[in-house]
Amino acid sequence: MTTTKDISTTQEAEKQYNILNLGPTHPATHGIFQNVLKMDGEIIMHAEPTIGYIHRAFEKLAEHRPYNQITPITDRLNYCSSPINNMGWHMTVEKLIGCNVPKRAEYMRVIIMELSRIADHVICTTIIGQDTGATTGFLYFFQMREKIYEIYEEICGARLTTNIGRIGGMERDFSQTAWDKLNIFLKEFPEFLSEFQKLVERNRIFMDRTIDCGPITGERALAYGFTGPNLRAAGVDYDVRVANPYCSYGDFDFDIPIGQNGDTYDRFMVRIQEMWESIRIIRQALEKMPSGDFHADVPEFYLPPKEDVYSKMEALIFHFKIVMGETDIPKGEVYHSVEGGNGELGYYLMSDGGRTPYRLHFRRPCFIYYQAYPEMITGGLLSDAILTMSSLNVIAGELDA
Amino acid sequence: MSELLDIISAKLKTQFGEGLKSAEMLYDFPVFVVDKKNIVNVLMLLKDDPELEFTFLTTLCGLHFPDNKGEEFGIMYQLHNMKNNWRIRIKTFMPDGDMDMPTVTHLWPTANWMERQEYDFFGFNFINHPDLKRILNMDEMNYFPMRKEYPLEDAGRDDKSDKMFGR
Repeated sequence: MTTTKDISTTQEAEKQYNILNLGPTHPATHGIFQNVLKMDGEIIMHAEPTIGYIHRAFEKLAEHRPYNQITPITDRLNYCSSPINNMGWHMTVEKLIGCNVPKRAEYMRVIIMELSRIADHVICTTIIGQDTGATTGFLYFFQMREKIYEIYEEICGARLTTNIGRIGGMERDFSQTAWDKLNIFLKEFPEFLSEFQKLVERNRIFMDRTIDCGPITGERALAYGFTGPNLRAAGVDYDVRVANPYCSYGDFDFDIPIGQNGDTYDRFMVRIQEMWESIRIIRQALEKMPSGDFHADVPEFYLPPKEDVYSKMEALIFHFKIVMGETDIPKGEVYHSVEGGNGELGYYLMSDGGRTPYRLHFRRPCFIYYQAYPEMITGGLLSDAILTMSSLNVIAGELDA
Repeated sequence: MSELLDIISAKLKTQFGEGLKSAEMLYDFPVFVVDKKNIVNVLMLLKDDPELEFTFLTTLCGLHFPDNKGEEFGIMYQLHNMKNNWRIRIKTFMPDGDMDMPTVTHLWPTANWMERQEYDFFGFNFINHPDLKRILNMDEMNYFPMRKEYPLEDAGRDDKSDKMFGR
């Protein structure tokens, strides 16, 4: 007897999967991300992310630009919190040239960096709300980002890609309007934040939607190089501001909020709590604001005031040297990292004494943690994948550099 | 931090002897240069040794020095011990034309995209990498753009010429 194969059962055993292209441009991914998903109905079986859609070769560009011209490049990394990127870059160069920045400038930087952390977290938390269907919170709370941008505008003239501060300190002192706007912001923001919290935090729909959505353990998060709020949501209390205090962060009293499960809800809550801590830091900085200069005395790097350039020989010479890239830069290599909106933003700068860096490498937190995304969404629902992505706060500019 | 330099260089010296080529402090960082055939063992030791525990890979990046004959290309690994807040940098160099590098993806999954990026930029051939292909540039690209021989701009332009200003 020969056995005959039962064709009908083998055909049934061969499962049919669908291939779904999520992106490159999809309104729910908030940026240009492509994920090729292998779907079993609504369950994701396999995911393959493709990145690089807005790659602008920053590392190559930086090798051909004088140090002060690299600041605008850093704006475009994480464009939701560009001041942090700018400051991180200034501090890297200051470390290389061995420049001590006065306390006042450092406190001003802290205020700006904490404002931009708030702006970054406002975007991420409201977008999580938006993707779970809470559009009201998004439209309502997003007004606060506008207020922050108005403060930026008053300080440096720009709003999104700020190019704020200079190597050696700040470009100018805060104007009275800037102080006023800051004080009004500090009064208004806590009300908005607690109202937004009340809308969303204990909302049954929101909780059901986000708890246990896209979880990651602390151990896996560390293996994947997570830093920032996403790592802290998984229960690891690593924060660059505390581990390696830069820019006088050691002077301030603040807590590091951490989560437990590393799921979307924890990532959301960590960011909300961090906004409260940022407000605390800004208040302390305002209270303790020292008097003094707003920039260091480094004429080789810090542009002189324009009146002096027109009237004083020395100022004219330094101005010419800075603008034409004729300043002597020490040889050496430094690494400096700051706590960006999404984690440890590091600059590895190698100088051979030329007017441009010999090599500049950016440690971009988004690029590093986005590779865990397939692991976090496999086996889950498609709708959870969307939420996981928005709670990771992957910013395309930082991802692709 | 310089004590850390002594501890680690003593450890690496006993384990690898000549494999450790140099150890020095560069600004606030202990920096070690090791030879390529030992690199994975060195990183494994640093990660697993109970006294060192450099369990977090902060970043890695490629380096290109076309004038260093025999050591044209290099890779820098930056490790972090979060418990004691120690940070170190390990470098290894290789000649142009021998771009094979052992992968470290089995030690840190995060090295996966970092290595793909450095492959994309410099052309390092990471042996046993699970998915070595271009990541930021398009697949059709037939050169490695971060190498120093590729100028950024049209060579005919004079207004930004290096002979006028500095390097």
